[in-house]
Amino acid sequence: MLAYIARRILASVPVLVVVALFVFLLLRLTPGDPAAIIAGDMATPEQLDRIRTSLGLNEPLVTQFVTWSGQLLSGDFGRSLISRTPVLTLIGQRLEPTLSLALMTMLFTLVLSIPMGVIAAWRHGSLTDNAVMAISVLGFSIPVFVTGYILIQLFAIDLRLFPVQGFRSIGDGLGPFLARIVLPALTLATIYIALIARMTRAAMLNVLDEDYIRTARAKGLSERIVLFRHALRNAAVPILTVIGTGFALMISGVVVTESVFNIPGLGRLTVDAILARDYPVIQALILLTSGIYVVINLLIDISYAFMDPRIRY
Amino acid sequence: MSFFAKASAFKPTGLVRLALLASVVAFSGLGAGPVMAQEIRAVMHSGIRVLDPVITTAHITRNHGYMIYDTLLGMDENLKPQPQMADWSVSDDKLTYTFTLRDGLKWTDGTPVTSADAVASLKRWGERDGGAQLLFKYLESLEAKDDKSFVMTLSQPFSYAIELMAKPSGLPTFIMPQKVAETPSGEAITDYTGSGPFKFVEAEFEPGVRAVYEKNEDYVPRDEPPSWTAGGKVVKVDKVTWVVMPDAQTAVNAINSGEIDYLEQTPTDLLPLLASNPDLTVMTLTDLGYQTMGRLNWLYPPFDKVEIRRAAMAALGQDPILAALVGNPDYQSKCGTMYGCNTPYATEVGDELIMKGPQPEVAKKMLEDAGYDGTPIVLMQPTDVGSVAPQPVVAAQLLRQAGFTVDMQPMDWQTLVTRRASQSPVAEGGWNMFFTNWIIPEVWSPINNPMLNGGGKEAAWFGWPDDPQLDEMRVKFAAAESEEERKTIAADIQKHAYEVVNYIPVGEYKIPTTISNKLSGIVKMPVPVFWNVEKSE
Repeated sequence: MLAYIARRILASVPVLVVVALFVFLLLRLTPGDPAAIIAGDMATPEQLDRIRTSLGLNEPLVTQFVTWSGQLLSGDFGRSLISRTPVLTLIGQRLEPTLSLALMTMLFTLVLSIPMGVIAAWRHGSLTDNAVMAISVLGFSIPVFVTGYILIQLFAIDLRLFPVQGFRSIGDGLGPFLARIVLPALTLATIYIALIARMTRAAMLNVLDEDYIRTARAKGLSERIVLFRHALRNAAVPILTVIGTGFALMISGVVVTESVFNIPGLGRLTVDAILARDYPVIQALILLTSGIYVVINLLIDISYAFMDPRIRY
Repeated sequence: MSFFAKASAFKPTGLVRLALLASVVAFSGLGAGPVMAQEIRAVMHSGIRVLDPVITTAHITRNHGYMIYDTLLGMDENLKPQPQMADWSVSDDKLTYTFTLRDGLKWTDGTPVTSADAVASLKRWGERDGGAQLLFKYLESLEAKDDKSFVMTLSQPFSYAIELMAKPSGLPTFIMPQKVAETPSGEAITDYTGSGPFKFVEAEFEPGVRAVYEKNEDYVPRDEPPSWTAGGKVVKVDKVTWVVMPDAQTAVNAINSGEIDYLEQTPTDLLPLLASNPDLTVMTLTDLGYQTMGRLNWLYPPFDKVEIRRAAMAALGQDPILAALVGNPDYQSKCGTMYGCNTPYATEVGDELIMKGPQPEVAKKMLEDAGYDGTPIVLMQPTDVGSVAPQPVVAAQLLRQAGFTVDMQPMDWQTLVTRRASQSPVAEGGWNMFFTNWIIPEVWSPINNPMLNGGGKEAAWFGWPDDPQLDEMRVKFAAAESEEERKTIAADIQKHAYEVVNYIPVGEYKIPTTISNKLSGIVKMPVPVFWNVEKSE
């Protein structure tokens, strides 16, 4: 297993190198000029050129790439072209809000979606099953920002149970943290609940007709044990895959929820950086996202072995 | 027993009661967030990222400049220059200006502000500001006389110099410490030592999230009452926090629920959400709003021909564009002057064509007479900025009605600002037309107005009119000996600019500001400032 993990980590290095090169070139080929963004509306061509020179943007592409790669190898992601803040500082400031949102969303998702999927499969064709499927369709169909605004109107403006926006670090206390994270996490969770409940239901339906389930029932085991220990564990591999990729997608796709609830996370940082053509920030964020994907895929693969003892690496 | 029956029969006891009580307190009590007694939480029109108010003309950076720096001169609500950091005198031959710094000026590091600081700051300003560049063409010397005074000597009279140095927007004359002001003007400063009414709290700055300013206890305000950027800048709160909220609906929700105190720009379509809240006041901070305008590229067909530029102006009209952009008569108005209505040089001279528009039939005839061959107009449409997205859509339709072939190309604003700098032919990434907006103090005189520059490919603003006659008139304006003479020249400039279609103003609009009733003493002016503002609890 350890050799497998080491091989996988080594294999991810060329992936990240290709991503870095691709992102670097793609960004430079995209129209946009950070100097124009810094200088504002009244700048003359000569003033823009002076700013470009000071930012190193007038250097040949190869020189720029070599400089950036050299910095990366020494652990320096450079500075934002716009604010001149170190990129790692910017990402550090935004990591906690996004991770908090993603983890809390995943918590809501797992607590709600897996029982929903299991029960729907168990009561296949019943009213409960149809209700779960209907909730799933709704979860998929309603855009996240609509769900967000409805929850804000109901729980923050009408009932005044939560603030309408913002983020507080868990270091400021559990109360303030939860008060600001519950609504956005619920909002974002609707899609994942829909997705994973459906996935769980489908995977469970595949195994519920298997002989070993019948055997388990014949042994007199309770339905709870049959469903959650025998059936769910065997149905877990595809569910884990969806949860893993869903979590990775969440890290890189929370921008709408972050905007609606004014959470200063990585999603907003990414959009701001793209709109401002802040190359070092975009490059670092894409590398980070790629790294997260690699790690999560590795964790999923490792978890297969625990869920299904037949899988060996 | 059903779940609901069980739930209604549930009677919390002991620890459970305590836990429930704690959770209710934790959630409901923190709804509004812990706001300090004397903290103003404001949502500005955008997040601040560039912290150098000389390298950029971005309004949010200018606003930041007013927080932490003082300006050499101020401008009052009657649009008259007034002393701020310095008073001035002018020699009889109008060539020598002597500035004297007032007592008590101190940097936040405790050292005194000297004339060497002011001289270095003005030199950097002179490299970046369009009007200052014109002034500095006639600069013979700018030198410190002693620690408290400095002298500017010109080679020929430039009577608009003081107005230029006192202007509230564009690039105001923010004074920085000499060592900071000596940063090359193409490089952003990294030291934010100021001598203004507030101090920038660098440790709490998160670009795109928040900027925090604390009262500068060492700041000595002038004695006069505040009036625009002139008078005493007395700070009456401990702290001002600019919270970034990119989503307008979220910002409106936040001020409605009392989580913020100040919303600089409230979209007019969201005003009904605030109307019933007795704790809020919606106001416009100034009678001078924004000018929205279209710019044509003089370098390439079809707008290299003045007759076709005039046809385009006849095809456009202010009413339909304002209806699409604002759609609220309380916040929009037609205005024909290039200097902005309600300003000293406002005049109707030459505005007939745009004010009568849209006139598709007139435009058609003009196009026919000009021999328009159907060359498509590449009209750039930014889709991601609400204040500039609708104009091109309406303009495209109006131009098509008049017989123009229009190729409207959607793009994001940053692509537009890059592409508009291209002087290449249209087929090689150039363009023919785009729209943008200015606050009125940025266009209110021929010197301030960036478009009224006829310097062609080398010196003019995007669109690059090559118009030496216009530049000669601007120089005359700058040297005019009386206000009456200036007004006459300004009118001549506008007449000429309309004849050659330097640009097309398509109306004015205002953006309402929403303020918590806990705040009082707001200084009404085109730039949002936080001195003189009190907060009651």
